[in-house]
Amino acid sequence: MSDTQKMVKVYVMGEAYMVPEGSTIVGAFEYAGFQLKRGVGCREGFCGACATVYREKGDYKLKGGLGCQTVVTDEMYIAQIPFVPADKPIYDMDEITPDAGTFMNLYPSVFRCVSCNTCTKACPQDIQVMDYIQAIIKGDIAEAANLSFDCIRCGLCALRCPAEIVQFNAAILAQRLYGKYIAPKSPELEVRANEIIEGKYVKELEELATMEKQKLVDKYYNREIKIS
Amino acid sequence: MKENIKIPYFPGCTLKTKAKNFEVSAIEASKMIGIELTEIPKWNCCGVVSSLSTDDLMKHIAPVRNLIRVQEMNDSGQANGNRLLTLCSMCFNSMKRTNQRVKNKPEDMKSINDFMYLEKDYLGGVEVIHYFELLDEEILGRIKEKSVKSLKDLKIAPYYGCMLLRPKDIGIDNPEEPSVMENLISSLGGKPVKWDAKSRCCGSYHTVNNKDIVINLAKGIIENARKSGADTIITSCPLCAFNLDNRQKEIIKKDHGFRTMPVFYFSQLMAVAFGLKEEFIGLDGNYIDPKPLLKEKKLI
Repeated sequence: MSDTQKMVKVYVMGEAYMVPEGSTIVGAFEYAGFQLKRGVGCREGFCGACATVYREKGDYKLKGGLGCQTVVTDEMYIAQIPFVPADKPIYDMDEITPDAGTFMNLYPSVFRCVSCNTCTKACPQDIQVMDYIQAIIKGDIAEAANLSFDCIRCGLCALRCPAEIVQFNAAILAQRLYGKYIAPKSPELEVRANEIIEGKYVKELEELATMEKQKLVDKYYNREIKIS
Repeated sequence: MKENIKIPYFPGCTLKTKAKNFEVSAIEASKMIGIELTEIPKWNCCGVVSSLSTDDLMKHIAPVRNLIRVQEMNDSGQANGNRLLTLCSMCFNSMKRTNQRVKNKPEDMKSINDFMYLEKDYLGGVEVIHYFELLDEEILGRIKEKSVKSLKDLKIAPYYGCMLLRPKDIGIDNPEEPSVMENLISSLGGKPVKWDAKSRCCGSYHTVNNKDIVINLAKGIIENARKSGADTIITSCPLCAFNLDNRQKEIIKKDHGFRTMPVFYFSQLMAVAFGLKEEFIGLDGNYIDPKPLLKEKKLI
């Protein structure tokens, strides 16, 4: 760190620490000497493990975000959420159907939505959370799956919901139902999967697995690339 | 002759799930009489059975959000006029009640608008109406004109339930002696049955956790219709329809001598009278099979 590095003050559980300006919230925790065992993951904004709650100077609003993507501001109050112990019922995908009734059984709280939109405001992925919950209520599972596609299960929606809905887990169910029952099927995929099951590629794989390294490298770089 | 009507329309969740036959028949029958129902974009729950307590404003957010959608349609020129039409009696009641409340209580309107700071403020300019409120002389005339299959042999008991009529300042008709459904039936060429139970309680949401209440009430209502000479009952409320139609399964179990009776959404009989395709009548969605009755009366 250079001498000219500007520092900002953050409060971790009420206690002040100086951290480099431009740090992420996760970075600020670690700079301050905390070792994060939970509440941190890929550090790339993909895994959703680092749900964070913060408040900025002069603002009364508690805001949520991803700790690895949110940059600290001076006099920010920060806290990491290690885990969201949300309801996650067990179901057999072969025994459920892609309709509102399935959610009525597995996630009945979905139907308590008061359309306050608090979930949408909490979402660090800018997902229209309320809209996909409403889509579920309407039985439009494809719409729910598509709207919730970018969900990374950080759980902030469920933590803020006054109707106690577990939006992010209901979204997984919508996506699974969409994938299994609604999405257009790829006939090519089925053909290829059957070829694999029947052992069409076993011999070739074994050859590759036992190939001398240089030969393997040559084979890789000389491979035929088809662009269709 | 008046011009065709194009009106913003709120389906509600049930018309998209359990009562698809209500929606398809209403949309298709309406086209025949120059009424185009335009589904409002991004609608959410109507706020069903919203709280009546003075301090529970949270439950009124959902209906106001829908009213904002209509306001936006008007602002952007997608809609002309300030009306929002519902088919479901429950959606009608809950949204009209909330609308009335926020119009009459500016402080509630402000609280809700402040809470929904990401939306444009609702200004109170929308009017929530039920489909039946479109049925003026002009429209009834068109219905008469388009009714190619005569329902003259069908004795129809109009069932209002509570949501269309009560409370009085929300209701669309005289709560004690309503007539709007009778007028529709007559225009379709059918015979409206006079009966005692047309606005009797169906048991409503007791059907979820205390269905015996509903079984008894539904049995009383259907027997009253039968005694009054009715072949069938019509309604515009999916919850009434469920209680009167699907609960006959349980009524038969308790009373083996009970004679079942088909229950229609009013729009299904419009579709029948207009001679629409069977997929637009949606008879497969009814629990008690109405086909034998319609075949007997030579309507399908």
